[in-house]
Amino acid sequence: MTALLEINGLTKKFGGLTAVGDASFKVNDKEILSVIGPNGAGKSTLFKLISSFLRPTHGEVRFNGERISGLAPHIVARKGVVRTFQETTIFKDMTARQNVVVAHHLQSKASLLGHYAGTLTARRDEIDFHESAAEILEYLGLGHVQNEVARNLPHGYLRALGIAIGLAAKPQVLLLDEPFAGMNHDETMKAVEMVRGVRDRGITILLVEHDMKAVMKISDRIVVLNFGQMIAEGTPAEIQSNERVIEAYLGREDQEIGI
Amino acid sequence: MAVGAFLLTVFAVVPWLIHVSGRWDFYYTLTSVALLSIASGGVWLTFYIGRINIGQGAFALAGGYVSAILVTKYGFSFWVTIPLSGLFCALLAVLIGLPILRLRGVYFAMITLVLTEVARLAALALPITNGARGISSIPLPGELSIFGLTIIPDFSTIGNVKLAFYYLATVLMVVSFAGLYRLVNSRVGHLCRSLQQNEELASSIGVNIAYLRVIAFAISSFLGGISGAIFVAISRSIYPASFPVKDSVDFMLNCFLGGLGYVFGPMLGTLMIYFGWDLLFTTGRFQLLIYSAILIMLIVTLPNGILSLPLFNKREADK
Ligand SMILES: Nc1ncnc2c1ncn2[C@@H]1O[C@H](COP(=O)(O)OP(=O)(O)OP(=O)(O)O)[C@@H](O)[C@H]1O
Ligand SMILES: [Mg+2]
Repeated sequence: MTALLEINGLTKKFGGLTAVGDASFKVNDKEILSVIGPNGAGKSTLFKLISSFLRPTHGEVRFNGERISGLAPHIVARKGVVRTFQETTIFKDMTARQNVVVAHHLQSKASLLGHYAGTLTARRDEIDFHESAAEILEYLGLGHVQNEVARNLPHGYLRALGIAIGLAAKPQVLLLDEPFAGMNHDETMKAVEMVRGVRDRGITILLVEHDMKAVMKISDRIVVLNFGQMIAEGTPAEIQSNERVIEAYLGREDQEIGI
Repeated sequence: MAVGAFLLTVFAVVPWLIHVSGRWDFYYTLTSVALLSIASGGVWLTFYIGRINIGQGAFALAGGYVSAILVTKYGFSFWVTIPLSGLFCALLAVLIGLPILRLRGVYFAMITLVLTEVARLAALALPITNGARGISSIPLPGELSIFGLTIIPDFSTIGNVKLAFYYLATVLMVVSFAGLYRLVNSRVGHLCRSLQQNEELASSIGVNIAYLRVIAFAISSFLGGISGAIFVAISRSIYPASFPVKDSVDFMLNCFLGGLGYVFGPMLGTLMIYFGWDLLFTTGRFQLLIYSAILIMLIVTLPNGILSLPLFNKREADK
């Protein structure tokens, strides 16, 4: 089986700081792969490199065998690799529904000019987008707030809305940066089921998350970063018993590795 | 309904009122308002993608010169130069916009402000624009005919040139704003709003933000260009100082005052600023002071513009 995503020697330096150093791993089709590591380990930087929001200093990312690093982010999104953001990032002056409808951009069959002229294709697009948006919102438990302006929604809904926007782009690979941040235990467990459901629809998931219980529960495999270096890669069971991982997390009571 | 009433006012009631009152000078005033609102409409569109544009004067000037030069030096029909000056400015906007639209906030605003000054200096320096003497005695617009059918008669044969220019300006204003209204309410407009609110998020869902920004800026400058071209036809002359920095700033203020969230904001804003400034003429040397104070107060108390008043929003909801 060839890998869907291949990360080869990926390195990102900010001045003298190596945020990500020589990371190499593979992501298989339809798996959930988590990237964990202490604060500042380089997880978000790794995601920005994969989604091409940042250019690597060295190394490359290959998607379906094709090199995608160096391409503009919207082109990488068009190819099927879509990221979400660690900080809550939404179109805050639009309603939840408008957020998700506009995020269907890549599904558009009509051109911009077609949309301007209101051609039949454009109107069909618009109908399809609304239907699909309603379905996504319902799935993520946002159905009853879809007409609220996003800036007025509580934090938990905004995290879900961020995921909804990513899903609307109908990606092959979805990169979720701390999707469960700020959620309580019950909300997290619900969200874990949702993310599983997304994978079951055929979307490969890369996840950065600090909530170790959630990570151990949801992941097929885990990659561990520490100070930008990959220190381990394996199944949740392997990671839990890995010496170097335990060491990296040692002395951090709040970051207990869930053993 | 509201649209019908507006069109009736512009095309019938106002000319009738002017006719019975004999205040022919109002044609000139209202023609200016119409043209200024076209240019402001363009600036508004750049606001709509999240950029503060204080450079519209540059494009109005460029459009004006293109029309003047084509008419006087190359014998083009004025009517052809309207779209040509718009297209010239749109092209210019693409070339300038590609590098500068990456900047945001104050940085973009400053660069566009400088652009206005650069345009003035260029007009002074270039041989084709005839330096400080500018271009004058530009002939009135000639006849516009298609296949021998006269659509617009030669302006020099029309008894009431003021009325003719008034109709020209208002028709173009209505067409421009109809075009902007359609844009804002189509997917293109929704994408522009997505840019305004978060460019990173927009590109994460596959929007080519650089392309969209340039398109919006080009449309904006197109509108600046055609409005400049018609101004020149009215005053029959153009000088490097025809569209100074104050105009660029006014175009932006018109948008602020009317309301950045409303397509028709710049139209209302232009009307209010133009008349407000004229009304304050009687206050003599305090004119600028009072004018500025009122503007600041309005912007502070109504940050979303006059159209955000409940009075207008009820109407908006009715539609
Ligand atoms: N644009 C940047 N310029 C300079 N340094 C940066 C930049 N972005 C990130 N860094 C640095 O790179 C390192 C890795 O940051 P990154 O955000 O990837 O960490 P992280 O693993 O996502 O942390 P967290 O768990 O807190 O989100 C940090 O030391 C950070 O300060
Ligand atoms: Mg992070």
